[in-house]
Amino acid sequence: MINDFHYLKPASLKEALAMYAQYDDCKVICGGQSLLIVMRQGMVAPEYLLDIKHVKELSYIKFDDKDGLRIGATTTHREIEKSDVIAKKYPVLVAMEEKLASIQTRNWGTIGGNLAHADPAGDPGPVLIALNAEIKFGSSSGEKTVPLDEFFVDYFETKMEHGDLVLEVHVPAPEPKFGCAYQKFNLLDSDMGIVAAAASVTLNADGTCKDARVVLGNAGPVPLRVTKAEDLLKGKKLDDALFAEAGQIASEEAQPVADIHASEEHRRHVLGVLTKRMLKKAFEQAQKA
Amino acid sequence: MEKQVLRFKVNGDEYEVFIHPKTLLAEVIRDHLGFTGTKRGCETVSCGACTVNINGFSVKSCSVLAIQCQDMEVTTVEGLEKNGKLSPIQRAFLDNGSYQCGFCTPGMLMSATAFISEAKNPTKEQMKESIEGNVCRCTGYNSIVRAIEAVTQGKYKEE
Repeated sequence: MINDFHYLKPASLKEALAMYAQYDDCKVICGGQSLLIVMRQGMVAPEYLLDIKHVKELSYIKFDDKDGLRIGATTTHREIEKSDVIAKKYPVLVAMEEKLASIQTRNWGTIGGNLAHADPAGDPGPVLIALNAEIKFGSSSGEKTVPLDEFFVDYFETKMEHGDLVLEVHVPAPEPKFGCAYQKFNLLDSDMGIVAAAASVTLNADGTCKDARVVLGNAGPVPLRVTKAEDLLKGKKLDDALFAEAGQIASEEAQPVADIHASEEHRRHVLGVLTKRMLKKAFEQAQKA
Repeated sequence: MEKQVLRFKVNGDEYEVFIHPKTLLAEVIRDHLGFTGTKRGCETVSCGACTVNINGFSVKSCSVLAIQCQDMEVTTVEGLEKNGKLSPIQRAFLDNGSYQCGFCTPGMLMSATAFISEAKNPTKEQMKESIEGNVCRCTGYNSIVRAIEAVTQGKYKEE
């Protein structure tokens, strides 16, 4: 049963930030596809609910060859999925969105809400970190931009403090020889991943690895970067043996928790396999790029 | 906790309801307006039985605050029929036996309607994906996909 709350509907971003700063026991709703579930379960029962669904200033997708991609916080998943420029420049984001929950959820849920909710099983987190994204958030007293991999602190906790709203996600322009891949392991496409892995590879002109990222989903309290596996790959000429070794490291470094869907051991195994496959996929994309 | 006025359109008609802001769209549609075609199933954004279309986009009405639909246009399964004639996808469902117990049918019809309105020469795979957010425990989905296929191939015209 959802608790009674006062409903706040700001007309602009400025008004939203002012209202949020004013009320202590206040939660922000946009699409509410995650929030309403936990409110119904009684886990979250705020006195005030601040609705930013209609704050149009935060709904945009902008791309520039130099600056890269900027997505406003209240942009829906479906808008990202259907964006031509994202399909062209960051196909991995479209592929990720197509498997994120169901069409109905993507039609109403937003990218900012997803990241602010900070569920470690969420899909955008690992992919955006593999793409080296940063996130901008702010309150009435100022804005802050941090790399997305520093944004998540713990289960359902982020660096944001009371009064902060997610404002924008920024993905840098893709480098010349870059590839990125993501896959989650689940029984139904529209479910959250039992585990997931995202990987990106950037190659030097001579074909050696310039940079690599390995990020695991639902393998710990936050989207988990496996820097040990990344360091293994950097500077080397990549091959299947290295991908297998990186997968092995990811499997060891993961901190998965057993639940009804899979044991810890099974999750570790699948994480290793997914890491290996996604690295190979990202590498092949980078070669063709 | 103050009640608020929600003005919006449902199936082409204007409505004004006085609701608590915590009221869900599914509750307003069923309990305040009496459109009981929309079903409440899982209540956790999983089953899709409560699917309605807002401004042409399908959403799960069990997980949308009604107050967020201010000035919007909602279509429920009751709104598919025009002048006493069933819509193409409704007739295709009848001809293909795309339902058994019928509980998922209103949601399936709304997802299919949103899909058909924007799809251009869709593949079979896309037809299947169009109802990914709707659970059916009877049909095994094939008859539903056949109905969607028949409409996208132009076998049913608006009457």
